[in-house]
Amino acid sequence: MHNLKLIIQREYKARVRNKTFIVMTFLSPLILVGMMMVVAYLATLNNSEQHSIAINDLSGIFQNEFKDADGIKFIDLSSIPLEDAKKLVMKKEYYGLLHIPEMDDNFELARSVRFFAKESPSLDILQQMEQILTEKLNTRELIARGVDISKIESAETPVNIQIQNFEGIRTSKMSNYVKMFFGGAAGYLLMMFIIIYGNMVMRSVIEEKTNRIIEIIVSSVKPIHLMLGKIVGTSLAGITQFAIWVVLGAILLFLAASFTGMDLISVPPSHAQKGLEQMSSNEMQQLIMDISNLPIGALIITFLGYFIGGYFLYSAIYAAIGAAVDSETDTQQFMFPIILPLMLGIYVGFFTVIENPHGTVATIFSMIPLTSPIVMLMRIPFGVPWWELLISFLILIITNFGVVWLAAKIYRVGILMYGKKPTYKELYKWLKY
Amino acid sequence: MGNFLVAENICKNFGKFRALNNVSISIPKKSIFGLLGPNGAGKTTLIRIVNQITMPDSGKIYLDGKPLHPNDVGKIGYLPEERGLYKSMKVGEQALYLARLKGLSKAEAKERLEYWFKKLEITHWWDKKIQELSKGMAQKVQFVITVLHQPKLLIFDEPFSGFDPVNAEIIKNEILQLRDEGATILFSTHRMESVEELCEYMALIHEGNKLLDGKVADIKREYKSNTFEVGLTATDETALLKELTANFNVGKANFKSITKDLKLSIQIKPEESPNDLLLYLLSKARVNHFVEVIPSVNDIFIKTVTDNA
Repeated sequence: MHNLKLIIQREYKARVRNKTFIVMTFLSPLILVGMMMVVAYLATLNNSEQHSIAINDLSGIFQNEFKDADGIKFIDLSSIPLEDAKKLVMKKEYYGLLHIPEMDDNFELARSVRFFAKESPSLDILQQMEQILTEKLNTRELIARGVDISKIESAETPVNIQIQNFEGIRTSKMSNYVKMFFGGAAGYLLMMFIIIYGNMVMRSVIEEKTNRIIEIIVSSVKPIHLMLGKIVGTSLAGITQFAIWVVLGAILLFLAASFTGMDLISVPPSHAQKGLEQMSSNEMQQLIMDISNLPIGALIITFLGYFIGGYFLYSAIYAAIGAAVDSETDTQQFMFPIILPLMLGIYVGFFTVIENPHGTVATIFSMIPLTSPIVMLMRIPFGVPWWELLISFLILIITNFGVVWLAAKIYRVGILMYGKKPTYKELYKWLKY
Repeated sequence: MGNFLVAENICKNFGKFRALNNVSISIPKKSIFGLLGPNGAGKTTLIRIVNQITMPDSGKIYLDGKPLHPNDVGKIGYLPEERGLYKSMKVGEQALYLARLKGLSKAEAKERLEYWFKKLEITHWWDKKIQELSKGMAQKVQFVITVLHQPKLLIFDEPFSGFDPVNAEIIKNEILQLRDEGATILFSTHRMESVEELCEYMALIHEGNKLLDGKVADIKREYKSNTFEVGLTATDETALLKELTANFNVGKANFKSITKDLKLSIQIKPEESPNDLLLYLLSKARVNHFVEVIPSVNDIFIKTVTDNA
């Protein structure tokens, strides 16, 4: 235990004193915030662009229906014939020309509306125009059939289903998004952490091999202690880096936002923002309620459990790979079995869990140890029965012991092997040495 | 005086390859033991087994009369053939770390390290990184690290490779002093002259089998062929040579002398006495040179290995 502590200390110091590590720790948040600022700036540029669209309404039905919206300016060219209007639009370099012919039949009219433009118009603008046309024509047709519009309007009864669980705690539809966000972020974070710091473990094993110091070390400590020390030391360095990133990123983001006056947090200012604005204060309260209703304590504990379990599992494999090869270029052939389950976990998480958090696929993948950390992390906010959690976690722990044991065997043999590019067959043989 | 290290019937296979086949060696306390063998003979495997880096398939190791225990790492100092240190770590920090892994406390390790650095005049290297040192300098640091925790058993795998003659001499003297202070030393080497110079005992392994072992002097005695190199001055050399060839197994010899001699190597039967040969020669000619041919470790090595090829 004494030696394990020493190894962890050395590994931690070696990582955090590394120049590249220091540079990346402080540069990454800068780059990230810088990029966000550029994106935000470009988004505002895009928004400030004004499109002028000419309306050539020969039917006269839509007078005053087209009102200028943000980014679009409508120009009425109904008084001149189509051909003249086209020429004018081309000359003035308008965005496009909407042509509505004169027809008695509403359905015929609906099919005959044309939009002339040099480039294909943006879907957003087309939809806006279609909506205006549809609404107006609908109303017209209803009136033509003798329906009283005011009655229809007064009869509209929008439904808002109130979701409530059996304990009587009310939630909103937003709560599903909240859960999705928390679960998705946790799963994604774990994947990134595994890839970045697992690789770091692997590189540090290879470094010891190429330095040829390994034989001295293993004459003093057990290889498995060295391996565990490396994994723990590197992950502590990783957590340090992550923490600095979060703090520094938040500070920089705050500074950037207050300096430029830009609303960086709500890039892109699209539907999400509109949704928030339109949300009544009642719903806003409900959202906050939802977040506070999440079992935060349980979430954090299970998150830590799966985070540590999953990270340990993968870094043991990374360490074994590092021990098996002589240089980083030889690691490619062994990367596939690591990346595949990680990707699978993320895909299953984003497609299946969100659709049906307790479906068969989601449940199975939250039991398989290589994908369970990611998939289960995504499922947890939706509420997973305790026995499922227990089984999944037990499987993960048992697999962890098994994989660490196997990895330690490969590690023990591999660190003293030089000059050979091992195959899977050879690795299997090492297990029996 | 008992044996400090005993290896009993050690076997080790790597897959189908048999690296060690029933090898046993015993190293007496406070002696220097040379482990010889051609490349790939199994020396490093045996050393790794003693260091508990590799586990033997069968066989036992005893250290100071007791079966080897994982906690014994502190009693062993190992200088592997493949040398290396953390390149970007400072010399002092690195030495402290490795000494503490062997069980020394921080203060103790520091004190001893200062003593050794002073002794080898490398104090100013303390804050240098290994990558700033030359290969020979790094080896010196590594030697210090090997002996720092005052191990009872020292294992050196090719300790002199990479040293210039001056530093090799310094290291050799340090090794002898460590022996005098009570350490038992296991040497693995190809350099026969260092075995000749330092080792009291030796063992030779070849393709996983131990071919011979024992006291170096005993082995030499066993391998001598009762052959004597003689330098003679006679009036009629041809007649003398004819007479000698009739009585003994005579060959030509090559040694340095200042007189113009007839240089011969003469083999007698084991039961015959060299005194009789000398008396006989004295009666025939003037004897300028009379030396028994003692096989060098090098000769024994080559002979044993080629005989068993």
